[in-house]
Amino acid sequence: MSMNTIRFVLNGNIVETEVADPTRTVLQFLRDDLRMTGTKEGCAEGDCGACTVVVVEVDRRGGGVELKTINSCIQFLPTLDGKELLTVEGLHGKDGGLHPVQQAMVDQHGSQCGFCTPGFVMSLYALYRTNPDPSRQEIDDALAGNLCRCTGYRPIIAAARSMYDASDDWDAQQHLDVLHEVQRQGDLELEVGRRRFFAPRGVAAFAALYAKHPDATILAGGTDIGLWVTKQHRELETVIYTGRVEELLELHTADSHLEIGGAVSIAAAAAAIVEQYPGLDELFRRFASPPIRNAGTLGGNVANGSPIGDSMPALMVLGASLVLRRGEKEREVGLDDFYHDYQVNDLQPGEFVARIRVPRARAGVRVASHKWSKRFDQDISAVCTAYSLELDGDTVARFRMACGGMAATVRHAERCEAAVNGAHWSEATIDRACAALAEDFTPISDMRASADIRLVAVQNLLRRFWLESRGEVDETVYTYGR
Amino acid sequence: MAARAVGKPLPHDSAHLHVSGTAAYTDDLPEPRDLLHVAVGMSTVAHARVRNVDLSAVRAAKGVVDVCTAADIPGENNYGSIVKDDPLLADGLVQYVGQPLFAVAAESVEAARKAALLATVDYEELEAILDPLTAVKKQSFVLPSETLVRGDPDAALAAAPHRLRRRIAHGGQDQFYLEGHIAMALPQEDGGILVYSSTQHPDEVQGIVAHATQRQAKDIVVICRRMGGAFGGKESQAALIGCLAAIVADKTGRPCKLRLDRDDDMIMTGKRHDFVIDYDVGFDDDGRIAGIDFEFAARCGMSADLSGPVNDRAMFHCDNAYFLENVRILSHRCKTNTVSSTAFRGFGGPQGMFAIESVIDDIARTLGKDPLSVRRANFYGKKERNVTHYQQVIEDNVIDDIFDQLLASSDYEQRRKEIRAFNAGSKVLKRGIAITPVKFGISFTSTLLNQAGALVHLYKDGTVLLNHGGTEMGQGLYVKVAQVVADELGITMDRVLTTAADTSKVPNASATAASSGSDMNGKAAQKAAAKIRKRITEFAAREYGVSEAEIDFRDNVAHIADRIMDFPELVRLAWANRVSLSATGYYRTPKINYDRTTFSGRPFYYYAYGAAVTEVVVDTLTGENRVLRTDILHDCGDSLNPAIDLGQVEGGYVQGVGWLTSEELWWNDKGELGTHAPSTYKIPTCSDLAPDFRVAFLQNANREKSIYRSKAVGEPPLMLGLSAFFALRDAIADGDRPLPDLHAPATPEAILRGMRIAADE
Repeated sequence: MSMNTIRFVLNGNIVETEVADPTRTVLQFLRDDLRMTGTKEGCAEGDCGACTVVVVEVDRRGGGVELKTINSCIQFLPTLDGKELLTVEGLHGKDGGLHPVQQAMVDQHGSQCGFCTPGFVMSLYALYRTNPDPSRQEIDDALAGNLCRCTGYRPIIAAARSMYDASDDWDAQQHLDVLHEVQRQGDLELEVGRRRFFAPRGVAAFAALYAKHPDATILAGGTDIGLWVTKQHRELETVIYTGRVEELLELHTADSHLEIGGAVSIAAAAAAIVEQYPGLDELFRRFASPPIRNAGTLGGNVANGSPIGDSMPALMVLGASLVLRRGEKEREVGLDDFYHDYQVNDLQPGEFVARIRVPRARAGVRVASHKWSKRFDQDISAVCTAYSLELDGDTVARFRMACGGMAATVRHAERCEAAVNGAHWSEATIDRACAALAEDFTPISDMRASADIRLVAVQNLLRRFWLESRGEVDETVYTYGR
Repeated sequence: MAARAVGKPLPHDSAHLHVSGTAAYTDDLPEPRDLLHVAVGMSTVAHARVRNVDLSAVRAAKGVVDVCTAADIPGENNYGSIVKDDPLLADGLVQYVGQPLFAVAAESVEAARKAALLATVDYEELEAILDPLTAVKKQSFVLPSETLVRGDPDAALAAAPHRLRRRIAHGGQDQFYLEGHIAMALPQEDGGILVYSSTQHPDEVQGIVAHATQRQAKDIVVICRRMGGAFGGKESQAALIGCLAAIVADKTGRPCKLRLDRDDDMIMTGKRHDFVIDYDVGFDDDGRIAGIDFEFAARCGMSADLSGPVNDRAMFHCDNAYFLENVRILSHRCKTNTVSSTAFRGFGGPQGMFAIESVIDDIARTLGKDPLSVRRANFYGKKERNVTHYQQVIEDNVIDDIFDQLLASSDYEQRRKEIRAFNAGSKVLKRGIAITPVKFGISFTSTLLNQAGALVHLYKDGTVLLNHGGTEMGQGLYVKVAQVVADELGITMDRVLTTAADTSKVPNASATAASSGSDMNGKAAQKAAAKIRKRITEFAAREYGVSEAEIDFRDNVAHIADRIMDFPELVRLAWANRVSLSATGYYRTPKINYDRTTFSGRPFYYYAYGAAVTEVVVDTLTGENRVLRTDILHDCGDSLNPAIDLGQVEGGYVQGVGWLTSEELWWNDKGELGTHAPSTYKIPTCSDLAPDFRVAFLQNANREKSIYRSKAVGEPPLMLGLSAFFALRDAIADGDRPLPDLHAPATPEAILRGMRIAADE
């Protein structure tokens, strides 16, 4: 096996392939190199789901297998090393014909033009495999990253309900066996001309590599970096992948906080955070889509530092901090102090987010978040707010509010917080807090929202939080009637 | 013959291929050796003279083989199908951000796209007109403004007991077909060019490629097996893509594929027209309209494209289901320095209906009435008040019947009361409900387009290869027409295969558009099959000495008086006796005639009807909203395939709701489109579908002799989505805000803004 060869399993068969371009996407590999054209490109940015495939991995905790949907259009091929990829071509029923998911889609008239269909089939397949009896909401959530322009979704939902009528011949052990066969023991290092791709296994090696190559691109889920390649046509010289670094993939619950490795997926991190803070459930359900949450990492979201990143307002009001590492050295920085300006943060050359510390929930603290966008699912926030509130009787002992989409970075609404802290938790206080919000922020107008209405929205969201805290409103349009 | 396949809810003919990833779209076809990939260099300014385009860096880029500019086009540099104002490649003048300037061919897609960004263009910027109202002010039009008058609107307005003047607006809409524009052109022997194109109109691609490459139609073949969605977006726009691929193939002598990246597709190609609508309406105490004066300003973009017929259709549909006795419509076709607006499902119909439904809603809220009563007060009659403002007598009016049935089945009155009670007790969440009708004219308004051809081959084994001028974009046209042919020949569906739309098989075909696909191609294919059937029947009558009336074919069996024989056996016998087993069929839509100079006549063969009741919930603090329940009753005539038609109704409705709620096109002050990818342009997702969604068909055979008395169903259901918009208005209109200033799309921002403006008034 040449040094530049990766090994993975494709629909049950081991594939060894020489990597000529370390940032070739999985979709390009499938369609252009293998001429497996079942998987489609709809947008090349992870937003339409036509390219959805399923990745099977050895479950880090249980030792079984874990299935996840991902967007193959923005996933780089070398990240598949040691994993199994399932595509629409690999599905079949017990008799070798259509898989129950595929048959249900035919029976329910779930395809019209058919272009989105392979992606839907793979998302449905992942649902079929992982949830034996999904509710409508679970179906919606599972399909949130798949766009269909023809059907209006009703027949696809019907297929998601009827696909369980037949069973398939899935054998987890078989997949586990072949996965073990392709596991790489050491680090993956690819070198093609001037271009390099490193996937080390240990954090020490990772840190050393990054210290040595401080100009390298750190690749985690690739849900943003993928677009640098597919949309901006950038050639990345040195890439260091976090996805195989054992320590960065760890997530554990300490006495006082959650310790979330820098490469833990948003899906896994969200599950742990929502367990502590149920008030953040809707935020994380609306955070991108399942394939993006499966690939994308909380560390990546935080380190990327977009002013419209959805995790940061909540992490800020929770008092999260980051453990940053450079070489052998670690330091802890509060998230509040991490962002300096638009796309400028506290990371030094060669330094990376090793872990995120999220304090555990305390009794008597209300935590909530509001995401404001044009669409419920898979949308980028125009405004995202988060709050934590601790009352002492009618008086506010501690109030925190942070906003995304209102400034060059996600940040606290400091004047608003000052207006509320120590005051009576009353409508008059909220009126003053709303006025303070207008001093806190001077938002911009763009395609997501206009400046004036962004401010109205953030004020109204705060009013909503107040009403919710008093039990005057207990439903949103997203829960009402469902 | 008995209908055995027709009327059955058969699956889409490609369903089993769709789900297994084996349905081949243009990009899935095997790539020929030496294939080049093409990318397009686009204008970065909205309006400018181009002083110089320096392509040296493009040519020098890795993998680049050739670059084509306007100067390299051998023939006509135009793809405008009606008015010749649409250059394939800009020649000295750019008129929108995203206008193609040059095409670069390279050894890989990535190399071509990368190189396309490397040109240095020297622009002399000109003043850009970026919205329709500015265009009206500056008298900037792609086509002359048109006026249609019936009765005496001025006198009626002056005499009316109530009068209301308002301005309303709705946005455009991107088609967002999941498969972006694509074409692959292959040079053939003796100067021929074969083009695989994702197009609704292969004939037009053929003609325009021929003109651009200085060929004749016979030299160009255009093939389209299927599209991954189109919705009108691949009616005129596909010619640009097909031509650029063909021009580069012609120049380089190598096969060329042009597949647009999603962002480029959305920036470069056209969308639904957005309208600004001014109205002045006079009405009585019941809300019955006495007279109305409409002024439409439509964003047509930089060229005429299909804006003429789109705006004509808007003028024809601003009555929707209502009798407008005294009406004036002034329609401006505004030239703006934005991408040329084009066809999109409904083709002006949604815009016209948005206008009149807004008027009806405003009248009702002004009078404090349920908009339902105002709608009913204005409906067309069956015997009187039944002539449209363009002089067509409505002979098939069923809108009252639809309303009666749907109001009952949806429990409208009771729910409306319950919603009022809920809203009185709910501080933040407000619900709303609305019922809106659809009456949509079926036929191309350009009479000459209402013709179709088909080709049917019957092979010796009794199987059929069917071809017609219609294209398959997901709407299920192929299975419907195959059902017709199967029944005509008395064979089962497994013995009929429909092949790709192909200009070398069926010539001169109209676009698959205007909802006409099954009506026209179904008839043409039926006629072709009937010819073959007749020949075999005549043969069998001779051969067995029976009368033709004693012969019947069904379920692959020929019944010849008392004799029963397998149909393939009879077919082979007919062949052995030298009976021709191949035939063409041709159909022209009857009864229609229409004079565009006077806007009068019978442009439509018949009307398709429907209505929807939508209930929504709105958060008055955030403007966020959801559809809670939808009830639809739609008129498909006697459906050829109820499963396919149901899909059209459901999908059309959801697409209409998307247009009016979450789908927002946003341009900045430089004319750059900010919403050019699914990350920023938000079509409905699965969770947007109402948790309670009920669709039924009206039992109503087409009174016209359409194919099996069915009705066209492609476009009409989209306009059922209007009910969601008016339900949102209903939810936010209350005592303090009787007339919310809500424009479409009703994004959370638009709702907050509408409520604030109303509150501030």
